[in-house]
Amino acid sequence: MNQYETVFIMTPVLSAEQMKEAVDKYRKHLKSIKAEIVLDESWGLRKLAYPIQKKSTGFYHLFEYKMDGTLLQEFELMYKRDERMLRFLTVKLDKHAIAYNEKKRKKKAAEEKVAEPEA
Amino acid sequence: MAQNSGDIKYLTPIAVDTKKKKYCRFKKSGIKYIDYKDADFLLKFVNEQGKILPRRITGTSTKYQKKVSQAVKRARHIGLMPYVADLLK
Repeated sequence: MNQYETVFIMTPVLSAEQMKEAVDKYRKHLKSIKAEIVLDESWGLRKLAYPIQKKSTGFYHLFEYKMDGTLLQEFELMYKRDERMLRFLTVKLDKHAIAYNEKKRKKKAAEEKVAEPEA
Repeated sequence: MAQNSGDIKYLTPIAVDTKKKKYCRFKKSGIKYIDYKDADFLLKFVNEQGKILPRRITGTSTKYQKKVSQAVKRARHIGLMPYVADLLK
């Protein structure tokens, strides 16, 4: 079992609901192959640094999960076949990356805790 | 005038910029992983046109320069950084 991270960009043409549904599809797939989802984060609509498929914005989403590397090809194939996808990138995380991500998550959680009492 | 232009004497020695020793910021601060999702940080390692700066300028060690360049290239792929730009900074 290795830990992987996938960032993908979807077309901005989709409505919020369609977007949710699309992400759900991948989430479900991950669950069906018994991958352990570590992080599931949406960055929302962001401006791209350069136009991709003539679009200047895109929905970013980030998955971090643990799964068997042999299943990865199948998972990536789903991305390739999806027309709503502008770009995707899957990266295998080494021990430093895992430590870094964990630290980042903890920091974020702490920040949220601080922010909550104020609100 | 006895003084010819060849030997001008300065009262205080002119400041010849003493070379500051370059160092690898990753080694110094103990950063082990360079996040490709953090575009603001990676901006330090590219020039105005979005090109990756050489080690000779940033002082990064070989080990981390490789990681920097990998991170920049990943960031470019997912549209967080431009491949080509003008006046990035």
